[in-house]
Amino acid sequence: MKLQQLSLFLENRPGQLREPCETLAAAGIDLLTMSLADTSNFGILRFIVRDPEAAKKVLEEAGMVVRMTEVVPVEVDNKPGGLARALAAIEDAGLGVEYMYDFGAASSGGKAAIIFRFESPDVALAALSAAGVRVLAMEELLPR
Amino acid sequence: MSTWNDPPGGFHPISAPDYLPRAQLAGIQLQRLQSVVSRAYDRQALFRGRMDERGLAPASIASLADIGKLPFTVKSDLRDTYPFGLFASPMEEIVRLHASSGTTGKPIVVAYTQADLDVWSEVMVRTFVACGLHRGDVIQNAYGYGLFTGGLGAHYGAEALGATVIPISGGNTERQLMVMQDFGVTAICCTPSYFLHLIESAKEMKIDFSKLRVGVFGAEPWSDSMRERIQEDSGIRAYDIYGLSEIIGPGVGVECFEQRGLHIFEDHFYPEIIDPETGAVLPDGSEGELVLTTLSKQAMPMIRYRTRDVTTLVSEQCACGRTLRRILRIGRRSDDMFIIRGVNVFPSQVETALLRVEGTLPHYQIVLTRDKGLDQLEVKVEVTPEAFSDEIRKLEALQHQLEASIENILGIRVKITLVGPRSLARSEGKAKRVTDLRNV
Repeated sequence: MKLQQLSLFLENRPGQLREPCETLAAAGIDLLTMSLADTSNFGILRFIVRDPEAAKKVLEEAGMVVRMTEVVPVEVDNKPGGLARALAAIEDAGLGVEYMYDFGAASSGGKAAIIFRFESPDVALAALSAAGVRVLAMEELLPR
Repeated sequence: MSTWNDPPGGFHPISAPDYLPRAQLAGIQLQRLQSVVSRAYDRQALFRGRMDERGLAPASIASLADIGKLPFTVKSDLRDTYPFGLFASPMEEIVRLHASSGTTGKPIVVAYTQADLDVWSEVMVRTFVACGLHRGDVIQNAYGYGLFTGGLGAHYGAEALGATVIPISGGNTERQLMVMQDFGVTAICCTPSYFLHLIESAKEMKIDFSKLRVGVFGAEPWSDSMRERIQEDSGIRAYDIYGLSEIIGPGVGVECFEQRGLHIFEDHFYPEIIDPETGAVLPDGSEGELVLTTLSKQAMPMIRYRTRDVTTLVSEQCACGRTLRRILRIGRRSDDMFIIRGVNVFPSQVETALLRVEGTLPHYQIVLTRDKGLDQLEVKVEVTPEAFSDEIRKLEALQHQLEASIENILGIRVKITLVGPRSLARSEGKAKRVTDLRNV
């Protein structure tokens, strides 16, 4: 199942990361997982929350530029070679990975979850299921 | 080598008008003013229309003070009549065209007859003489050659002076320094900030430039403190020159050995200072906008051209003996144009370039800095929800697209920095688009 990921533009200067985190905290919104991409000039914070619409609203009200993007949570074996096997299946399916990051909170029971950003999430979903790679649902990712 | 124009006392015969008694100079100015006003009236429809509206005719000019009655010419007049609308000579008599950048991508075109080029050479000879140069000097001309008036203007003047010219044009610091050392260069023409970069590199590369004694610097704003730094660091004398392509190019004015203001070659370019708000002529000694009239130009006479440069006209005679009035170093402008690496830039040009790129980014700020003697233009642009992407490569592609779009219009390299929404100051009324951190 696809997830809605939020991303935020950050300037490359102190305090830029704290502000959105405080805004989310004030609204009682929990960050489930996140990843920070940085260049020499700017950064992009990407994150997953339970209610992305609500989070987007409070951040935009605070004057931030927010983008919502569909990402795909993929289950991999939580042992050496687990990610490599999933990536091999993705590559064989001819899918291009824009970026990926770990969904730490879901790592349990010998399985781990990885968030993938594919160029075309719908094509990716079909290709992954055909390749026998399990895509997770939001409920399976939430901390117990 | 000793030449007849060496100090003390002597001067190049071509510089004689620099020393005319004021009354005699005024006579020449009036005669030339009447003649150029007639020419413009007969041959420039725009000027004739404005004169007719005011009920003026060339015969209305009976004294120099009558110049105050004449209509102004502004930069947009050149744009609006692009390319040849202000030409006052038939094409068969025009032997040279130059152009500078314009606000909408269209350049401003200026034209010269052979007589205009001769005047240009003459005022450049007088410029070089005022800087203490003469036959036997080896002049490295690092102003850009091409449509820009700086390169060719200095080139022909240096040749007419009888000096040896090295037409090296701008850029390529290592080659500049090799030439400077190996050819025994005694004088250099370039922007002051580029010269600072040259001497810093020369010291690093252990280049011997001990023969260099004069710098003829212009095409960008600089200060007395920068002059002191240049003179102390390099042991040369650094002279400020003034010019603009609408009038002729370099050669409108220059400092003399006294370095206390720039003498305007008043027999060819008549200066006035006006109040930029009301247009009223101000007395000498007041600060205001410099207005210039070309007294001898044929191909493209400019009557009361508003330079937008803010300065003061000094009428006290200079210790050098020249009777020509001086302007003080140009500190600021009465519009929002700025000059970077010799290129005139209006913020509206940057705006036009930004708006050409999809995902329009309306909030921007221009920051000018100086790094290693070279002026840098940075444009801070606020990201909008439409332009933002979760992918780095898309944002970087946007950045490069914006850079290319601006470079395309201005012809100089710029740096785009994407900044957060609402991070740039919003001012009430007129936005302050330019922050100049160059310390000039």
